[in-house]
Amino acid sequence: MVTTPSFYETPSPPGTVGIKSWLLTHDHKRLGLMYLWAILFWFVIGLTIGLLLRIELMTMGRTIMSAAVYNSAFTLHGVIMIFLFVIPVIPAIFGNFFLPIQLGTDDVFFPRLNLLSWYLYMFGGLLAIFSLFTAGGFPDTGWTFYVPFSIGTKHNVPLTVFAAFILGMSSMLTGLNFITTVHRKRSPAMGWLQIPLFTWSLYATAWVQLLATPVISITLLLVIAERLFSIGLFDPDKGGDPILYQHLFWMYSHPAVYVMILPGMGVISEIIPTFSRKAIFGYRAIVFSSMGIAIAGSLVWAHHMFVSGMSDTAVFVFSLLTFLVAIPSAIKVFSWVSTLYKASIEMTPPLLYALIFIYLFSVGGLTGLVLGSAGTNIHVHDTHFVVAHFHFTMLGGTGFAFFAALHYWWPKMFGVMYNFRRAYIAATLATVGFMFHFVPMFILGLQGMPRRSYDYLPQFSQGNQLATVGGVLLFSGIILMLINLMLSLRKNRTAAPANPWGGCTLEWAIPSPPPLHNFITEPKIKEYPYDFSDILANPPKN
Amino acid sequence: MARQPDQTGIRIGMWLFLYTEIILFGGLFVLYAVYFYDYSSDFAKGGKELNRIIGSLNTIILLVSSCTVAASITAIRQEAKKFCLLLLATSFLCGVVFLINKYFEWGHKFAHDIYPNSPTLTSGPHGQNIFFGLYYVITGLHGLHVLIGMTLLGLSFVRVYQNKITAQRFSLLENSGLYWHLVDLIWIFVFPLFYLIL
Repeated sequence: MVTTPSFYETPSPPGTVGIKSWLLTHDHKRLGLMYLWAILFWFVIGLTIGLLLRIELMTMGRTIMSAAVYNSAFTLHGVIMIFLFVIPVIPAIFGNFFLPIQLGTDDVFFPRLNLLSWYLYMFGGLLAIFSLFTAGGFPDTGWTFYVPFSIGTKHNVPLTVFAAFILGMSSMLTGLNFITTVHRKRSPAMGWLQIPLFTWSLYATAWVQLLATPVISITLLLVIAERLFSIGLFDPDKGGDPILYQHLFWMYSHPAVYVMILPGMGVISEIIPTFSRKAIFGYRAIVFSSMGIAIAGSLVWAHHMFVSGMSDTAVFVFSLLTFLVAIPSAIKVFSWVSTLYKASIEMTPPLLYALIFIYLFSVGGLTGLVLGSAGTNIHVHDTHFVVAHFHFTMLGGTGFAFFAALHYWWPKMFGVMYNFRRAYIAATLATVGFMFHFVPMFILGLQGMPRRSYDYLPQFSQGNQLATVGGVLLFSGIILMLINLMLSLRKNRTAAPANPWGGCTLEWAIPSPPPLHNFITEPKIKEYPYDFSDILANPPKN
Repeated sequence: MARQPDQTGIRIGMWLFLYTEIILFGGLFVLYAVYFYDYSSDFAKGGKELNRIIGSLNTIILLVSSCTVAASITAIRQEAKKFCLLLLATSFLCGVVFLINKYFEWGHKFAHDIYPNSPTLTSGPHGQNIFFGLYYVITGLHGLHVLIGMTLLGLSFVRVYQNKITAQRFSLLENSGLYWHLVDLIWIFVFPLFYLIL
């Protein structure tokens, strides 16, 4: 193969050099990498705070921090992990990098808007840091900023809320960009049902981002307005209704849950067929379930509020709708498992992470049904059961999908291979840690230990100690995984071939790392994106 | 880039953005709907205290400005640059007049001790406080959008003047126009909800 210079050597716009070639770039691949480093930075910070929280809960009473610090710390952990990590992680990094390539085109539709989204993301992050050290310190409200507490507390709510507003804008513009790209820049030879599943999932996600984010924007602006002018729109003393805040908040924040998980499901839908060497089972079913989740997921927000004060009819409707979301999610899980059935499976680190994802996500999903049914919800509402549930879906789900994506696309993004052995050890360590960390929380929750509390009763000691041990294991597993990936970028690197895994979507047809315009020759669009006949005829040499 | 930009794509992007703006206001309209249900008589009383003449005037002003913006796009497509500039300037001026009216309207209410957290509102009926709270939030946010729209119109004016916007390339003007129509459209909903409520 003739060597073409990769996008690392050819800046866009041409003529920019050094740091400028990154900070002013229009290249979707460079932006993807810039997001990667920024998001990894926040992820490690969020992870460390999480570990500190866990250490605090290891013993009863004060262990390493005061109750006030604890309140701010869990808010900070939530804000970082939600707004700066889970929401942007897969769309902003891998979406930016691979969506145009999978569509057979050279960039997103609005490259400059894409750069603006990155700056908004960085600005939002900086504001969050800034709010730590100004006017009363970081909020102690939890990431949900529930009124009336968020309006009354002396901590610096307005700045943090504004940071979340800016981050929302960044995510919305990315969504807008992706939708337009899919519609207008897709290779003319590619029909709707020839689009790879990862891109399909990003398309569904983008609609949710666009539909739902403005609602949180206005809600957060209202919190700021309330703090500045004391209008009283949510203050019962002045005729307002605090529950309306919760409705508005969850109208965004529940669909946002699907913004977090759908791209992860897309990643898994790429990895499973590649290492099964087999067409994915139920391509259409997966496509339509993505759209189904996007639509149904937008109609279930009030299941966060079963005990807040709602009519029984509303509880019934929202509970029923919540159960409906389980159907498209289960369709995906069954499709993945059916793809693996009777396949010639090749075990690699990305596949291992993907398999762990399926398991952890299924547990997370099923416990979601426990929470979604009106009766059991009242028992476990606001307990550690909820915390365990959403960590199973968000860390076990999106987090592990992110790790899988890192290991799957790392050779393509950097043109290097990493050490498999360390990757396997890290995955095992993280998973074992994960189970020890969060399974005890389910039990603690069922026994009645409330969430977001600094101290607990003696009967909860054992579970909390176990969880902390798990937390330490989980933390070391993830750090080992990241170190392993960093080590692959050392001077004496192992170069990766163009198609190390035997994948058959378009990104594997071009050099690693890709050239500036992605395709040197016009991309060949397959009739069906998961047609492995070429790969099976010429299997990749490893 | 020698190749012709994809006008349809740019328009799709703009429409998607406008859609997010509608949802942004949609959140406030949800609040309005719920509180109107709770306090319908207070809302009706509040509506009578607003100045319908200024409100109607502002509606007409915005409608006229929307018309001139639309005409300015047609003008540039027919290469009538001067006429296009004149129409844009008219729209911009309409925006200024709208804001001046708004300033006097708000000022008048402030003088009557009706503003967020004022003693009259906090000690009065709850519905009244909510009505005027929503009034200030919604018209305030709308006013902000008028300002953004005027900035875009001003920018388009400069670009037309510099011949950067031409009969072949007028996406910026068209999108500014679309934005301005949105500002107008939202007002069409805000006006009856506050001024014409019975």
